[in-house]
Amino acid sequence: MSHFEQTRDPGNADTAPGDEHLDGHETAEGVDSYLIGLGLATLLTIVSFFIARTTLVWTPSIPVALAVLAIAQMGVHLVFFLHITTGPDNVNNVLALAFGVLIVLLLIAGSLWIMAHLNENMMSMDRIMQMQH
Amino acid sequence: MSAFQGTADRDDFNRLGYGDGARGRLNTADHAAGELASKRIIVGYGFWIFLLSDIIMFSAFFASYAVLVGATAGGPSGSELFDLRNTGIETACLLLSSFTCGIASIGARTHRGAWFYGAMTATFMLGAAFLSLEVREFGDLVARGAGPTRSAFLSAFFTLVGCHGLHVTAGLLWLSTMMAQVFAKGYRADILRRILCFSLFWHTLDIIWVALFSMVYLMGAST
Repeated sequence: MSHFEQTRDPGNADTAPGDEHLDGHETAEGVDSYLIGLGLATLLTIVSFFIARTTLVWTPSIPVALAVLAIAQMGVHLVFFLHITTGPDNVNNVLALAFGVLIVLLLIAGSLWIMAHLNENMMSMDRIMQMQH
Repeated sequence: MSAFQGTADRDDFNRLGYGDGARGRLNTADHAAGELASKRIIVGYGFWIFLLSDIIMFSAFFASYAVLVGATAGGPSGSELFDLRNTGIETACLLLSSFTCGIASIGARTHRGAWFYGAMTATFMLGAAFLSLEVREFGDLVARGAGPTRSAFLSAFFTLVGCHGLHVTAGLLWLSTMMAQVFAKGYRADILRRILCFSLFWHTLDIIWVALFSMVYLMGAST
């Protein structure tokens, strides 16, 4: 039993997350995928660090630009490093990821939303001090 | 086909059926055995679910940081504290280590010792460099009176970044264990599954770091 069989069972329609299809002669392609990912991620990182310090763009747009660049870089990592793709052998992995992203968005957006409203409705510290005396 | 069924029987620890007892009951046993996912896929998928739950735990720390980022209690804010040059070097270390980790997983699957050991050692060095930079940064902040007890903002900062640092520490221990296991036991199927899980873990840490340096350091320094 060669080591390739564990990933290419006959009749198997799924791929483990992180597995790239790899035959002996395809090693170069596997390395290529990581090299492309490294290049794209480096580019996005450099742009992020440049935008954070630059005065060339409209200042209020910087946080939005940083968020977009970060999400793009996470996508690059998922595709080229974790090999999560849209292929039919990856449906389970993508569905689990989609559920995780949903929970993350609900948690972060929900916390910010609720806490901002609580902050607005809360009496200011000075008023509380006045009432105690 | 018979070789494949042999592995399916041996891996069926939970007696889910399709073993010796079940073969009599199911006249479509051959078909059913062909439908079973390999152990590598099941292990990888289970670990992927764990990593997603880990990401959800981090998202709770991110949410608390985002809520508390303005609560500096008269103390220093992020733009006065963060050194983007240090963050840049940390980011480069972690990104490169993610790449070398990928090379190591290719080396393990094609049984090339030089690739595997070389790339794993490089991953370890880069991860250790990242950790030492982070520890130095934390020590520097505490020495300047900006420790986790100074304000709610700094408590949230140390919790979030420190939790990522603890994950990297655990990753380094796991990495050394994998090198020792490959050295002692060779490229067995179960060892290769552990290496798959380790590389998933390491790449996920890098994804969390992307969110971290963008949201904490870059947004903190630019406002």
